[in-house]
Amino acid sequence: MDKFESFSGVAAPMPLVNIDTDMIIPKQFLKTIKRSGLGVNLFAEMRYLDDGSENPDFVLNTPAYRNAEIIVAGDNFGCGSSREHAPWAIKDFGIKCVISTSFADIFFNNCFKNGILPIVLPQEQVDVLMKDAEKGSNARLDIDLENQTVTTSEGESFHFEVDPFRKHCLLEGLDDIGLTLEKASAIDSFESQATQARPWV
Amino acid sequence: MTGKTLYDKIWDAHLVHQAEDGTGLLYIDRHLVHEVTSPQAFEGLRMAGRQVRAPEKTIAVPDHNVPTTEGRDKVIENEDSRIQVEALDKNARDFGINYYPVSDVRQGIVHIVGPEQGWTLPGMTVVCGDSHTATHGAFGALAHGIGTSEVEHVLATQTLIQSKSKNMKVEITGKLAPGVTAKDITLSVIGKTGTAGGTGYVIEYCGEAIRALSMEGRMTVCNMAIEGGARAGLIAPDETTFAYVKGRPHAPKGAQWEAAMDWWKTLYSDDDAHWDKVVTIRGEDIAPVVTWGTSPEDVLPITDVVPDPSAFKGGKVEAAKRALDYMGLTAGTPLKEIKIDTVFIGSCTNGRIEDLRAAAAILKGKKIKDGMRAMVVPGSGLVRAQAEEEGLADIFKEAGFEWRLAGCSMCLAMNPDQLAPGERCAATSNRNFEGRQGKGGRTHLMSPAMAAAAAITGHLTDVREMM
Repeated sequence: MDKFESFSGVAAPMPLVNIDTDMIIPKQFLKTIKRSGLGVNLFAEMRYLDDGSENPDFVLNTPAYRNAEIIVAGDNFGCGSSREHAPWAIKDFGIKCVISTSFADIFFNNCFKNGILPIVLPQEQVDVLMKDAEKGSNARLDIDLENQTVTTSEGESFHFEVDPFRKHCLLEGLDDIGLTLEKASAIDSFESQATQARPWV
Repeated sequence: MTGKTLYDKIWDAHLVHQAEDGTGLLYIDRHLVHEVTSPQAFEGLRMAGRQVRAPEKTIAVPDHNVPTTEGRDKVIENEDSRIQVEALDKNARDFGINYYPVSDVRQGIVHIVGPEQGWTLPGMTVVCGDSHTATHGAFGALAHGIGTSEVEHVLATQTLIQSKSKNMKVEITGKLAPGVTAKDITLSVIGKTGTAGGTGYVIEYCGEAIRALSMEGRMTVCNMAIEGGARAGLIAPDETTFAYVKGRPHAPKGAQWEAAMDWWKTLYSDDDAHWDKVVTIRGEDIAPVVTWGTSPEDVLPITDVVPDPSAFKGGKVEAAKRALDYMGLTAGTPLKEIKIDTVFIGSCTNGRIEDLRAAAAILKGKKIKDGMRAMVVPGSGLVRAQAEEEGLADIFKEAGFEWRLAGCSMCLAMNPDQLAPGERCAATSNRNFEGRQGKGGRTHLMSPAMAAAAAITGHLTDVREMM
């Protein structure tokens, strides 16, 4: 996984609450056996018209936001299914950070596995960022994971919380499986004790 | 010292390692796998030259994509679906994991097959690359959905990196009124707490009304914990649980059964356990409910009317306007006047034998409305066989329902069972999101008995009027 670097990017405003994983990546695109190439299908049902052409009203189709790297979203972003195709599609489109008042648990976890930073902030701060995002491509947000801050185009800065282990993994681009396998002996001894205690498992 | 919740007890019993920042490494007892969220995980293992650490604790079954019509064991017409099912066949063989192919009568929805075969047992940790893994919490197992990267992690290490959730108690007191089911409980809870009300929590459901539920009903309740935002739902195991588990193919036997029972009987929340959040609902206050919008929190009693979006607060005002537009509904319309085109009975929420019995009890000797499209998709081949043996299949067929083979089917419409744009469906599944059952399709969630009643009348119906 690539290291997560601080960056400055255009943020697309998506104020709708409860943006679910069926909206992010509709199920017809889950039939792939690959992780790559899903960006073109991101938000497909909102982004394209019935004839397959782009819906000019959809935020990511407007000139200001075609190259957005951040989404500022309404409450409970990513609710619904566990499909990791949702963060895969987001990442493949070029989005590296999503900001909301809350995220669904599985989606939130999936983001970190794919080098995407989900940021939770209180409503008043998300409102400020949403307003800033609505200014278009001249207004860029600064995302600084090291110092845990989001800064608006006008220089207003908000601190966000992030789990230290996840922050470390994002900054270093670490592979979870490799890290866990370093604890193989702890897993081995747990397994043999558990097998004695609960042999029916 | 305060006591422990059931969640605390299961967590502690599976903690392999805890980092200084509190991040835990949990041992996973059962890993369920299906064709849609696993191919990339197996591919990752191959590329890294890794093995499945515990193939004997890993169970695979194709369900999301499979057609529910005859002949599917010979050929699956949709090429992408066929490739995914073939990939699962190959991965199960190459890595030596337990497998129920479409040709096996035991095949079905992964969350129905697990409990049915006795893979799911009290006190276990159970994961699957599917959000409705919460279902297994009905057994007092800590069960939750994971993403594909985590599927790969569990395959390789039999563990999962987790931060501990907070504890939430949802108590349903008293007794349910006639015509009110487990589905009405779980939808009513989400209606009250919202789809993000459980975010950050593991919910334990308790109270007299929960205790009175069968295992099937408990699975329905826990299944939708995820729709309330919770990581998992739990119900402490009791005699109902033990009776269900006993004798199942992979349940312990003999002395091991006795040893297991000794431990299982300790799996409850202590009286002095700490709860971070408590929600209490009187069972008597729960009515048969339906959803009117495009979020599972858009729940109302069937006797109510379509709400006015301006009655909501914050971002929900716009969301409700959008939902009514998508659903083709006008505020103030009585819910009972909403006409439907299609009825879908099935899914991991309501595809078990008791669900089919409840629907058949309403349908017996009746016909579905002219022009209605109605289908029953049993949750597993064994549920289907049992329903045939009990005469339920005949009741459905005589009423005008299609009697399908097992799978996820129109719950998420990855297979050919889909709604057309504008088609309105009474569904026993779990999600009413935009496009969930087919692009432009309109979903109303409800219990199997309510769906059966709607099939007969052609509009949303209060099942109590037909009892």
